[in-house]
Amino acid sequence: MLEQIYYDKADEIIASHGSSQASLIPIIQDIQTEYRYLPSELLSYVAEKLGINEAKAYSVATFYENFSFEPKGKYIIKICDGTACHVRKSIPILEKLYSELKLSEEKSTTEDMMFTLETVSCLGACGLAPVLTVNDKVYPAMTPDAAVELIHELKGV
Amino acid sequence: MENINIKINGLDVCAPAGSTILDAAHIAGIKIPTLCFLKEINEIGACRMCIVEVKGARNLVAACVHPITEGMEVLTNTPVLIDSRKRTLELLLSNHDKKCLSCVRSGQCELQELCQELGVEDENYFAGVSPEYELDDSAPHMIRDNNKCILCRRCTAVCEKVQSVGVIGPNNRGFTTFIGSPFDMGLGNTSCVACGQCITACPTGALYEKDFTDDVLAAIADKSKHVIVQPAPSVRAALGEEFGYPMGTDVEGKMASALRRIGFDRVFDTDFSADLTIMEEAHEFLDRVQNGGVLPLMTSCSPGWIKYCEHYYPDQLEHLSSCKSPQQMFGAISKTYYAQKMGLDPEDIVCVSVMPCTAKKFEIDRDDQNAAGVPDVDISITTRELARLIRKLGIDFRSLPDERFDDPLGESTGAGVIFGATGGVMEAALRTAVETLTGEELANVEFQEIRGTQGIKEAVYNVAGMNVKVAVASGLSNARNIMDKIRNGEADYHFVEIMCCPGGCVNGGGQPQVHADVRNYEDIKAARAKALYDNDKAKSIRKSHENPSIRKLYEEFLGEPGSEKAHHILHTSYVKRSIN
Repeated sequence: MLEQIYYDKADEIIASHGSSQASLIPIIQDIQTEYRYLPSELLSYVAEKLGINEAKAYSVATFYENFSFEPKGKYIIKICDGTACHVRKSIPILEKLYSELKLSEEKSTTEDMMFTLETVSCLGACGLAPVLTVNDKVYPAMTPDAAVELIHELKGV
Repeated sequence: MENINIKINGLDVCAPAGSTILDAAHIAGIKIPTLCFLKEINEIGACRMCIVEVKGARNLVAACVHPITEGMEVLTNTPVLIDSRKRTLELLLSNHDKKCLSCVRSGQCELQELCQELGVEDENYFAGVSPEYELDDSAPHMIRDNNKCILCRRCTAVCEKVQSVGVIGPNNRGFTTFIGSPFDMGLGNTSCVACGQCITACPTGALYEKDFTDDVLAAIADKSKHVIVQPAPSVRAALGEEFGYPMGTDVEGKMASALRRIGFDRVFDTDFSADLTIMEEAHEFLDRVQNGGVLPLMTSCSPGWIKYCEHYYPDQLEHLSSCKSPQQMFGAISKTYYAQKMGLDPEDIVCVSVMPCTAKKFEIDRDDQNAAGVPDVDISITTRELARLIRKLGIDFRSLPDERFDDPLGESTGAGVIFGATGGVMEAALRTAVETLTGEELANVEFQEIRGTQGIKEAVYNVAGMNVKVAVASGLSNARNIMDKIRNGEADYHFVEIMCCPGGCVNGGGQPQVHADVRNYEDIKAARAKALYDNDKAKSIRKSHENPSIRKLYEEFLGEPGSEKAHHILHTSYVKRSIN
């Protein structure tokens, strides 16, 4: 059970979209934006409020890669591994950041909840390859060293 | 209705407007294979087995969802189509757990049958990555083996649309899609009502009941145990299908004979305790009417319905009859009255039930179901498990003689046997309640208004100057409809019968599985119900209160219906549950 404040926030978000079943996705998107993840308790709560079976709401939330039931870090780093970025060496950047942040394919968020590291299939910025984004800000033509420097900047070191 | 003319394989076919190509082909007696399609339940055109060629269409179309238009020309069996269907099957097999030899559905599997029919030569043609799923055995009644799931969605559609429960859905996406409960909580932790309709909808061996046939054999082999059996009314109306009899054949005599050959010490009948249920429930009804009790009274024979009410209408439990179900009443009487009569310790009696139902497996473990301090019923198996047991023991069912049930718990009336059809419990109760109220013999014991397979039936009967308004619902989406009216104060019924499964127990989740291509166009519910109504008609005694063994039971042991002793042994209580 989450603290009451989470449910109050969910109520506020539901009210802003209206409680029709068609609003499920925008509502859970807003919740995810608010908390950087989708607390499972809130998915169940929203489903109940909209009169949707929990099973159906869970089907929707798991259909989209974007929704995460795990809390994410303050900075969400998405390394593009689309074709263009891949051939221009995105994987060495990923590997460098894995070791810098002590993360892996299985563990994507740092203990201090500062960083989440993910790969995406294509960010649509192939001309700038290899690219990564930090909370949706695009960093073009990255190298492993530039990526580490960026991490240091974000840490404020 | 307007008719449309089309050509299928060169034949002229005339079908009503709004028909699909599949419907029109059915009218013309042309079979198109289907897999994901369940009429009016799962019409999603997803599996691509029913593809046909339509002249002028750019692609192959799915016959199950494609509406016909005037002058349409359809081909259903070209080499292109057969090849495409074969390819579809090979793709389905690419990540299918092909342990057919040990699969519970082997020989009755729709996927296996299609592979044979279409001549799939290499089941490993597209073999590739195959995810391994753990079995979900968290529920008391069934197992989900997603390694055999083909993602047809028939189970999720039945759960959500027919039963209005919806505790399973497709999770994840693409290759990692699997059917399951939300948050991987396991079916046993959801508000699943254990009806088993998903099992009867499944085309493969992905869903099956927990099998207790070995427990039955072990009990029979234990010479210190007195093992008795009670088959439910609807088992006799469907068991024959497992042995090649046409749908709706009443195999009561052969069933009794088979049970005796399996080795039960006594072969009794749940019809007996159905009569007993009527004695208690009719008494409860009259008591509530005459003494201002909570109305409507709602029947409590169906454990799936009871669990549904506890989860979804916990504020309405006072409507439920406190009567145990016939299965449980039988168990309770066997371990009290019968044990006493036979000089047996209730601990040494093993009471086995054969039910058309998977929720009965849940019911035997409920609280407040142990009249003699031991569980009323020890083992509950489905009709399918009984068929398996008969085959396992090499009993040639078709050549068995017709035999009778043993006394005293095997004697029943026509009122007991119709319990298996929707409306049957109400009819049986009315036969007794009306005669009790008026003190006169009924001119006609058949209450036609509440017969039939419609989801909701209503009738008003004038009984001794009082208008008794009754309703009968089967299938939980219909139950929900009635319950919402009652909750909102919009219903003025006196007595309501609800059965969890559509059509009642004859179509229960423990009954023989019927292939979709048959079930889509034949009325299983009506055919099996007819077997029960015919059985009733042929009985010399058709009213529960006239059952000599029941009369004796009250005289010798229980006293009056509704007596303190009857309450202790034959009645139970309910709990509030939440929706998960």
